Formats: sequence, structure tokens, C-alpha cells
Amino acid sequence: MEKKLQVKSIVPAPPPAHRSRPGFGLTVFAVVWKDLMAEMRSRELLSAMLVFALLVIFIFNFALELTPTVRSEVTAGVLWVTFAFAGTLGLNRSMALEKDRGCLDGLLLAPVERSAIYFGKAIGNLTFMLIMAVIVLPLYAVFYGVNVFRPGLLLVILLGSIGYTAAGTLLAAMSVQTRTRDILLPILLFPIVLPVLIASVKASSSFLGKAPNISVILPWLNFLIAYDIIFITLAFMVFDYLVEE
Amino acid sequence: MIYVRKLVKRFGTKTVLRGVDFTVERGEFVALLGANGAGKTTFVRILASLSRPTLGQVRLAGYSLPGQAAQVRACLGFVSHQPLLYGDLSAEDNLRFYARMYGLEKPESRISEVLDLTGLTSHRREPVRTFSRGMQQRLSLGRAILHDPDILLFDEPYTGLDQDAAHMLDDLLGKIMAQGRTIVMTSHDLARTEGLATRFDILSRGVISASARRGDLNGNLLDFYRRALAG
Repeated sequence: MEKKLQVKSIVPAPPPAHRSRPGFGLTVFAVVWKDLMAEMRSRELLSAMLVFALLVIFIFNFALELTPTVRSEVTAGVLWVTFAFAGTLGLNRSMALEKDRGCLDGLLLAPVERSAIYFGKAIGNLTFMLIMAVIVLPLYAVFYGVNVFRPGLLLVILLGSIGYTAAGTLLAAMSVQTRTRDILLPILLFPIVLPVLIASVKASSSFLGKAPNISVILPWLNFLIAYDIIFITLAFMVFDYLVEE
Repeated sequence: MIYVRKLVKRFGTKTVLRGVDFTVERGEFVALLGANGAGKTTFVRILASLSRPTLGQVRLAGYSLPGQAAQVRACLGFVSHQPLLYGDLSAEDNLRFYARMYGLEKPESRISEVLDLTGLTSHRREPVRTFSRGMQQRLSLGRAILHDPDILLFDEPYTGLDQDAAHMLDDLLGKIMAQGRTIVMTSHDLARTEGLATRFDILSRGVISASARRGDLNGNLLDFYRRALAG
């Protein structure tokens, strides 16, 4: 009897006039804006990524003592190793920011689609990765003596970075819930992004060659596009479950 | 306003909640008390839709969990011992971000209202990481009421606060209670909750083992609490 009365007394509360559920796009924008503002104030994430990327370039440049011919052949590999390692730092830091003061709970408490939170975080991470690439590429061109400012190569960097951050943001959201998040992320991430790194290196090598052959490059570009679509779709489907206890 | 029946929560093989029944009427302030590890935080996190129930029925403001989680989230505010605020952003930017996440139509005027209520107007442009623990907790409360929720959930909000900061939080809570919101608060601090809550529920061994209204206790909350824990 008591149960019946209590159920009856609860009628769904209509939202007050001054609040409404924000749309998907507005949520994505809010999360990206928040990440960019936080980074503008602290400059922790980008500076760490840049310093690390520059160190990797220096180490490869001086430690391997490559001849000019060999150097041009390995350029693409070194470029993507630099992006991948520096990118991991960025992904870890970006999610740690959410976990440190319980901010991830704050995000999850909002009446929004949780996949919008994922897209916001992923776009933020992609932005940081591309900013790092814009700064690193000119230095890279100087050290390795190659012209990296080719539209085809820039397209590969964009597609590879999208795939990397799409998978990385998803795995960072998962690993941030664990005590060993700093170690766990690279262990989970690198096997999963290995295909995108291989495809990016192959496509970049071809574009950096003397006569880029589109029939060789096209399958790798198609692979990158397919990888990006698969991981973005996967994240859309599973992010809600990954972040919930 | 809050209706929970036979709520069970398991983490692997460990059962934390063993069939909790819990009802809160509109405008009530319920203090949920219990020993460490009793499952208070787990229970409140389920109410806040941050954790999924294993079994049982949970309804807030007429919406059920986990199916209507987004509607539930729009009706509730949550304050825990962590501030849920970004240290590198200013107080104003934190509130602006959450205003966007809650789809507020006139965010700037509401942000000013909340900063005024929490006494942080003069610190609105300062980064939150420079705030004292008490200031952060006041801003956290401001964040929780920003979207004018019907239900407020507090999980140990006094943790880490000194006496002055706790008094300021008391004052702020008093103002919020006067607005007629439904409040559930977990706490270890019996003395503090005794002056605030209208009802006291004891969570012990995974169930609500006792419940009493303030008027029925005659100021003996400690006795009631000890008897409830003793079984």
C-alpha cells in the first residue's frame, strides 16, 4: 500500500523555463572551449608535448648519425614516432586534468549525451596534436633536410592524427579510472594505433619521395579514412559504458 | 521526490548494497549516516547516475535510473568532497562552462547570482587553484545549484574543511534549504548534520537499518546512531 502511494506521488518534473538540455554541438563546443581555456592559462600540456617532441627529434638526429640518403628514407618513421610519443603525453595529461579534482564526475553529471563529451575531448586533443605538428614540422624540415610542407603529407598528418586521437581519447578515458593510468595508456594504446602508425608512415614516405605514386599512396589513405570512421563510430557507441562505474 | 526499492550494488563478488529501501519527500533534508565502508558514497553515486545499480528500482523526480539518466541529471546537483572544478580556470569560467553543459538560457545573470550567494564575487576572475579549500567547496556548491536543481546530493561535503569554512558552508546550506530543495547528505559529522537535517537514516550492513525524524530524537542523535549500528 505504502509503495503504491509513493509511486503515485512522483510525477516527472518538467524542466524549468530557464534551463533546457544543450544540444550535441553546443556540448562539444563547451568541452573544447574549456580544454583550450585551461591550456591557455596553464600551458602545461602543449609545452610538455613540444619539449618531448623536440627531444625525440634531437635524439634521433644526433644519435643515429644518418647519411643524407638514409636520413630521407627514415624521415617519415621518425616523424610519426615523435608524434606518437608526444601525443601519448598529451592524452594522459588531458584526461588526468579531468580526474584530478573529480571533474570527470562533473562532466558525467551534466544532462548531455556522453558521446558529445568524448567528441569534445577528442577534438581538444586533436587540436593540441596539430598545434604541436605545426611547430615541430619546420624544425623537422631543417634537421632532416626535407620539404615537409606538401599538401599530401599534411593530409596524411591530419588523417593519422584523427585516428590516433580518436583511439587515444577512448583508451585514455578508460585508463584514467585506474591507479596505473600513466603506464596503462601506452600499453593499451600502441598495439591499437599500430595500424594507423604503419599506414601513416607508409603514406608519408611515399609523399616525401621524389616521385609520389598515387596508386601506392591511395590504399594507405583509404585505410586511414576507414580506421578513423571505425574508431569514431566505436567511441560513439561505447564511451558511455567506459566512463560509468 | 526520491524513491528507491530493493537496491543492490555489487562490485565483482563484493555486495555493497543489499536491498536498500529509501524514500524522500519533496523539501525534506535527509542525512544519511553510517560507518566507513557502509556504502553511503556508493548509494549517493547511484542516485547521481554516476554508477549503475545492479538490481532494484531507483526513481528521482519521477524519472527512473538508469533509463532516464539525462532527465534525472537535469534535476539534480551534486557536491562531494572533491570540488569538481578546473583549477586552471577562474571561478567565473568554471561556472560558465557548467552553465553551457546545463543549457542555461541566461548564464551570465545566473553566474552573478551564484557568485553573490557564495560570497565569491570579488574572486570571480581568480583561478580556482589559488582558492582555499573552503572557497573551493563554496564554489562547488554554487556549481551544483547553478541550474536550479530540485534535488541536491551531498557526499561528505565537510571533509577537509576547517571550522570557519565549515561554518560558512553551514550558512550557505541554510540559505539553500530555505529555497525548499530536496536534500540528501552523507556525513560522519553527527553534530553538524543534527542541526541541518529533518530526517536521519542509518546505512549499515548494506541496508537502511534505522530512520528517525529530528522531532522524534529529542536531541539524542548520537544515542540513536549507536543503537542503530549496534543492531
